[in-house]
Parts: sequence; structure tokens; C-alpha cells
Amino acid sequence: MLEHVRAHLTGAFRAEVALHHDPRRPADAWDARRRQHSSKKMLSFLLEQGPPPPARVLGITDQDLFIPILTFVFGEAQLGGRAAVVSTARLDDGVPVVSPRVLAERVAIECVHEVGHAYGLLHCASPRCAMGRSPSVRDVDAKKPQLCRDCLSRLAERNDRSGG
Amino acid sequence: MGNERTRILVVDDEEIVRESLGGWLEKDGFFVQSVPDGKSAVEALEKERWSILLTDLKMPGMDGLQVLEEAKKRQPDLVVVLMTAYATIDTAVSAMKLGAYDYLVKPFDPEELSLMMQKIVSQQTLVRENAVLRKALKREYGFHDVVSKSPAMQQVFELARVAARSNSTILVLGESGTGKEVMARAIHAESPRAQGPFVAISCAALTESLLESELFGHEKGSFTGASARKIGKFEAANGGTLFLDEIGDISPKLQLDLLRVLEDRRFHRVGGTDPISVDVRIVAATNRDLRKAVAEGKFREDLLYRLNVIVINLPPLRERKEDIPLLVEHFTEQLGVEMQRRIEGVSSDAMVALMSYDWPGNVRELRNVLERGAVVAQGRIIQALDLGLAPAAVPEGAAGVGAGAAAAGASDEVPATLEDVEKRHITQMLAHTGGNVSQAARLLGIDRVTLYNKIRKYQLRRGDDSGSQQRPG
Ligand SMILES: [Zn+2]
Ligand SMILES: [Zn+2]
Repeated sequence: MLEHVRAHLTGAFRAEVALHHDPRRPADAWDARRRQHSSKKMLSFLLEQGPPPPARVLGITDQDLFIPILTFVFGEAQLGGRAAVVSTARLDDGVPVVSPRVLAERVAIECVHEVGHAYGLLHCASPRCAMGRSPSVRDVDAKKPQLCRDCLSRLAERNDRSGG
Repeated sequence: MGNERTRILVVDDEEIVRESLGGWLEKDGFFVQSVPDGKSAVEALEKERWSILLTDLKMPGMDGLQVLEEAKKRQPDLVVVLMTAYATIDTAVSAMKLGAYDYLVKPFDPEELSLMMQKIVSQQTLVRENAVLRKALKREYGFHDVVSKSPAMQQVFELARVAARSNSTILVLGESGTGKEVMARAIHAESPRAQGPFVAISCAALTESLLESELFGHEKGSFTGASARKIGKFEAANGGTLFLDEIGDISPKLQLDLLRVLEDRRFHRVGGTDPISVDVRIVAATNRDLRKAVAEGKFREDLLYRLNVIVINLPPLRERKEDIPLLVEHFTEQLGVEMQRRIEGVSSDAMVALMSYDWPGNVRELRNVLERGAVVAQGRIIQALDLGLAPAAVPEGAAGVGAGAAAAGASDEVPATLEDVEKRHITQMLAHTGGNVSQAARLLGIDRVTLYNKIRKYQLRRGDDSGSQQRPG
């Protein structure tokens, strides 16, 4: 699955991607009352533990994530920042048997999505684009793990401006 | 999403909520500003225009309801969404009566939040487009307050425009409710007399002597009860237009009187001796066949000849059904202004009912039906059931999501098995939450996954209309 994600990230952002497996979990991210992990705390953990700047860091976790006002999130990213996180917990959405291939595809899509946010991209109007808004698994399934033409040119524009 | 970014103002006393909500909405492309209390919210509202206000209900100082009130005072069209904890839903519901758009129960589903914001944005776009459309419609399909795009009516408008500019007497023919008086007013407004008075009188409702004194006025003491001098409609309409409705109903004596006025533009007040001259354009109207009345000896041929200079024939509504959507648009807008509430139109079911009805009472009946609908309607959209038309076309008791509980529970048959009971209960809950699974799961006290499994098992639909109504056929 990680290789699948890596392939798509490289394709979408034309950036080097290094894989790293870290079994540690951020202790303070667990919210006992909600029985979920805070995605904000996950992001700070990644910034502390991950590679030094200017590298961007994406974490993939099987823990259910939340932000305070929402019941859950598939993932989160600092808009135009360095860190992003994606959770696999809800990507099966209660469907009893999800094939590993389907799950890997969904994770890849959401990884491209969150990393896209970290690169400063907003949600895209195209429902097929990885940057499309996807509040439910149905919406994720409608997307592809790639950026549409518009998002690619927005990305290029941002890179030009930041000189990167 | 439109070209300019939709501006959202978030009010919450918890920083972490402001931060996470702001971040989330920004990714959706909204422009977001967050403030920690009602006072700063009011300041932000005074400074700039906002499209959506998302406010927490329970806050120290000014609470969400007060923020709502202040916001609506400053910007009545602002969409206000309240965020509330489970325990305060009742307050949130009553806040909707104060003009809140909707409420979100904390914490809310990403799906719920995104759907609501998208819905608001598309409605606002629709309202903007409608306003533009309406203006274009009036220009293209309107003759003052008469709207129509039927070819027959377009010819009528052309004739009316030309006729308005002349000083000739005009006879408007058409069934009851086709809008003869509205047409007469339009002619007046289009004529060089537009600055003068428009005076209307119905000739059918009055006895001969009363009508006579109404039309021509009377001198003091001219008959019992004439305690003062009275100015008649002819004098009142001097310099303007006099609309004589139901002219086919007047007595032979008045027919003769009227003929004389039309011939020499002079008349006497009842009991008066001096002739009075007036400059009045006459527009008469009737739903009777005046030629037939002439043949039967009930109407003077010479009077018909005088009235008949220009004839405008208004077709009945059933012969120009293509105008119904246009008229609905026109009337719902008018009713909204009259009733001082927002009516955005009719549902597609309601439109089907309106289009398939035969309209014996024509445009006036259509307006009455819509007025009833607007009074009865729960929301901003008039539903088919609100119209009280052709009850066979719509199932009984299915009054939309708001009354969804009744729809699922009203049936008399006793459920056969425990599963039936469960199925019904879930259907009811989904109807209650408008198809929102997370909310329904919370209310049912089970988790989402379990509810999804049950929905699959019972093959329930979870769309917006899930379970709230079951239509036959
Ligand atoms: Zn996103
Ligand atoms: Zn895109």
C-alpha cells in the first residue's frame, strides 16, 4: 500500500518521496472522551519527529482522527504548510469487506489530497480530481489519485511564486 | 463556487473551534473570519458584508440568539447557521423561527457541514440569478403588471401598447379572472394620462340608482339620503382613465346615459342642472358576449358600437399554460413582499399540480391558490400539498420532512414483526433528520456502522427524501 501511495505522490507532485516506518504514536494525541486521535496533535508530532525543513511530511495512521468541531476527518494538512496526515480508519466506512486494492486506492487519493493542501491547494470543483471535496467515502471513490489540469497549473503557479 | 469568494463569519468562544472550523472552510475556498464573541461579531457585521454567519449558541456575554437578532437587524438576507451542543437543540429549533437558516449539532459530520455550505452557496447563486432573470422577464415578457410569453398574449400586448397611446375607448373582453382590470391599469400606465387618476368601478354590484349616483355624482338633497353633494367617478377620473368593469350588466337607462356621455363628453350630476364636461378615457370590460346581448335586445347596439372602438381579447389561462411558471414567479415575488417573508417559489411537484389543473378561475384563481399555499407553507418553498389543489394527485398525510414522523407512523396496520417495527422506526428517524445518517444514529443510540448495515439490510434509501414520503405509482 505504501508503495502505491508513494508512486502516486511522485506522479502528482513530481517530488522525491522517502518512505519511513515509525511504530511510535504521539501519546498526547489520544482523546479518551472521544476515543479518537486529534489530527492537530498528529500534525505537530510529525513536525517534531519527521525530516527537517524544507521537507514536507505525510503520516499515514490506522487511528480514527478528529478535529474538535467535526465527528471525524479522513485526514488533515496545514494549508500551505509542511505536515499532512491521513487515516485509514474511516476509508472502509463500515462496509464489511473492503478489498485491499480498493482501500489502497482510497488512501492514495486522500494522501494526494492532503499533500495537495500542504502545497497550498484548495478544494477543486472537479469531482474526479484528488483535490475534490470528499466528506464521504462515496465522494472519495468518485475521485482519482491525480490532480486535474487546473490544479496542476495552480500548483505550478504557486511553485513559481515561491521560487521552488 | 462563484468567482468572488463567499464570506463566512464564524463566532465561537473556543479558540480551538474557531481554528479548526476556519481551516476547514478555507480549504473549501471560503473567505473566513473568526471572532470570539458577539460584540466583535456585531462589529465585523457593521464593517463589512457577509454571506454566511456561523455562530455558537452558548457563549458568555452575548449568546447566539442575540447575535442572530443583531445580525438580522443589520443584514436581513444574511444566512445564519447556529452551532449547538446536543442539549440545546430545542433552543436552536426555536431560533430557526427567529430567522436562522439551520443548525448544526456539535460535533458535526464533515458531510453535513459541506452539504449545508454548498446548499447555501447554490441557493444564493440561484437568488442572484433569479433577480437578474426576473428583470429580464419583465422587460421581455411583461406589459406593466401583466406577464406572459404566450404568442397570443404578445399580440395583445402589442395592440394594448398602440391603443394606450390613442385616446379611444377600449373594450377588454375575457372570462372572469383573466386580469381585465390589471390590463386596464397597464393601459393607463402606458398612456399619456399616466400621471392622471385611474378610477375603477364594477357595474354589476350596484342597483341602478346607486350606480347612477356613483358614476355621475349627485347634488345635495337630490334624493333621500343625499345629505351632501357627491362627486361621481367620471369627475374623479378627470384627466385620467375610468375603468367600467362588467359593463354588460348595466340597465337600459344607464346604457342610454353612458351613450350620451360617450357622445358629447358631458353629463349632469343626479339632481343637478348644469352640465359638467370631463376629459376621461374609458376602458370598459365584460365577460359577457355583448353581440349576443345585442341580438337578444338586452344591450344597446349604438353603445356597443361606441365601446367597440378597440377590442382587446384576453385568452383564458387554460389556453396559455406556458405562462404558469412565469406567473408563479411573478405572484410568489409579490406575495413575499405583501406577507413580508421569503417565498422562493414552488416545488416541482407543486408546479406539476399547477400545470395540470384546468383553471376555471383563470389568473385570479392562480393567485389565490398561491396565496393559500404561501400561508400554509412551512418553509420558503410552496409544496404541492400546500396548494389544496386536486387532492387525488398527492398522497394524504405526506407533508414533507418536517412532518415525517406522521408519514411513517400514521398507517393503521399493525406491524407484523419486530423487524417491521425496527424498519419503521429507522425510516422515521431518517425522515426526521432529513436523511442524515450520523444524526439518526445518534438519536437511535447506535453507531453509524450499525445503522448503515441496517439501512442496507432493509434497503432503505438515505437521500433527502428518504422515508419521509412514499408516493404511489
Ligand atoms: Zn481537503
Ligand atoms: Zn482539481
